[in-house]
Amino acid sequence: MMVTKPEELHQLPAYKEALVELLFQLADDDFIIAYRGSEWLGLAPHIEEDVAFSSITQDTMGHAAMYYQLLEDIGIGNANDLAHGRTAAERRNAILLEEVNGPGHYLHEPQYDWAFAVVRNYFYAQAKKVRIDSLKNCSYKPLAQVAVKVNMELYYHLMHWRTWFVQLVNAGGEARERMRKAVEKVFDDFAGVLSLGEKGEKMVECGLIDSEEVLKARWLQAVKPVFEQTNLELPSEFQMKRGNGRNGEHTADLIEALATLSEVYRMDPLAIW
Amino acid sequence: MAIVTSFERLSEEEKHQRFMERIEAGEKIEADDWMPDEYRMTLIKLIAMHGISEIMGALPEKEWVPKAPTLRRKLGIMAKVQDEMGHGQLLLRVAEDLMAPLGKTREEIMQDLFSGNLKFHNVFHMPAPTWGDAGLIGWLVDGAAIITQTNMLDASYGPYARALKRICAEEVFHAQHGESIILALAEGTKEQKDMLQGALNRWWDALLMFFGPDSPSTTGTSKQDITIKYRIRTKTNEQLRQDFFTKYVPRILSIGLQLPDETMHYDETEGKWIYRQPDWNQFKEIIRNNGPKSKERLRLRELSYRHNAWVREALSGSKATV
Repeated sequence: MMVTKPEELHQLPAYKEALVELLFQLADDDFIIAYRGSEWLGLAPHIEEDVAFSSITQDTMGHAAMYYQLLEDIGIGNANDLAHGRTAAERRNAILLEEVNGPGHYLHEPQYDWAFAVVRNYFYAQAKKVRIDSLKNCSYKPLAQVAVKVNMELYYHLMHWRTWFVQLVNAGGEARERMRKAVEKVFDDFAGVLSLGEKGEKMVECGLIDSEEVLKARWLQAVKPVFEQTNLELPSEFQMKRGNGRNGEHTADLIEALATLSEVYRMDPLAIW
Repeated sequence: MAIVTSFERLSEEEKHQRFMERIEAGEKIEADDWMPDEYRMTLIKLIAMHGISEIMGALPEKEWVPKAPTLRRKLGIMAKVQDEMGHGQLLLRVAEDLMAPLGKTREEIMQDLFSGNLKFHNVFHMPAPTWGDAGLIGWLVDGAAIITQTNMLDASYGPYARALKRICAEEVFHAQHGESIILALAEGTKEQKDMLQGALNRWWDALLMFFGPDSPSTTGTSKQDITIKYRIRTKTNEQLRQDFFTKYVPRILSIGLQLPDETMHYDETEGKWIYRQPDWNQFKEIIRNNGPKSKERLRLRELSYRHNAWVREALSGSKATV
């Protein structure tokens, strides 16, 4: 089956439901990790990295905007409202991506953890790459087209984070130790990134995306050489210690993030900003 | 080869004279060319301050990047602040080349920033408590920056002039980004209009100070005479401030804002804007890092520097072992 226009979805309620769910996962993932990236602004290890990281963050926010736009085109709501106005329970992002960058606030005494930033972003970028490659064959054409666009930028993001990952792990000493701990921490929640949630099977049936198992296997295959190169142990199973964000389970970190990122929007959601 | 040898034989005064002839003829000086110490030191100070100001300038806007009210505004302000960081990097590279013969590096620039030896622009010491401030910074602070930087586009030091050319092109987009935020607020609800007027009131004095004092007698020091002598800039601080008024006062009034200075008017006979002087003693305090947000922003920068020390160590170590 192939769906080329949003209007065709009126006849396909079950398909539409699965598609909307998938789009929210994609949009909310990129939106919240881009938000976490924007908190890093001015705090990266050096100025060159500040430039590169903020460029990646900007691309990622752009990807989120494209997915929210697809939702708007389907008639789910205005893209800005979907991004800024939904509660934590309505969000579909993985819990790993909502987690704070480290102790402190982005304006006061931030003690952000660069090791966590590198590991989270590298693993996420790789998961996103696997997902985007699958979405290029998505039965919903407008999403397949967005996947092609996202893919072009994602190539650089992935290269960037992989370079950091290898360099810091292989630096040995304190850097390796910090990175090893960050890898452990990220794996505790990483199953949530690879999850497609309760409606995952329906998404696969509709030809929207490959199954969780397939995506996970591809992810493992992609990072395997990097783990070998850095002499790190790659587990075959990951965890979801704090729940599955795809099903609306979230932490206080998300509630706080949403309050911040929608502070101005909420002053007057009807106003033109 | 022969030319090089004969130049080496010249006395310092003769070299200086040749140098002045070159810049007066409109030639550009490059990083490896002979230059008077005063010229080098002036440039290092000017360019390092400019570069570090771009970087510190990201901090007042930093607050508003995550909070921008729509997806489009989020993307716009992210792009803008990223550009500023990029400008900072570009300028620090220019400063680093000038510092190399003195055996100094970026590390010294950062340490000078933390110790207060290296100043950053007065505007970046100020608070930005509302989204209106985020718009105003883009519109008028970047607008003021375009005016001062355009004044140096033909600077005698080639690497700086080339960097400024690129920077100015991007600053034009920033001013448009700021103006777009401002126009939305100006045409918006009463709360939005009030937010905008509040931001203008807050930033007005800082904007006037941005161009620097009229003469050294105002604050005790000013480098404007030296930079004009060496053809780094052409106009004085006051001429630039007047250019700013000419460009922006009509625009400010046309969108329904009120100037926070009731004495302000254009004197036709004198051909200049008459305005109330900002408190120049406060200016001195601000650039001594005693402004409202100076300590807090330096603290952010310093914290990240300290907190990421392990990353710098790891990078230098891995380079050494490759």
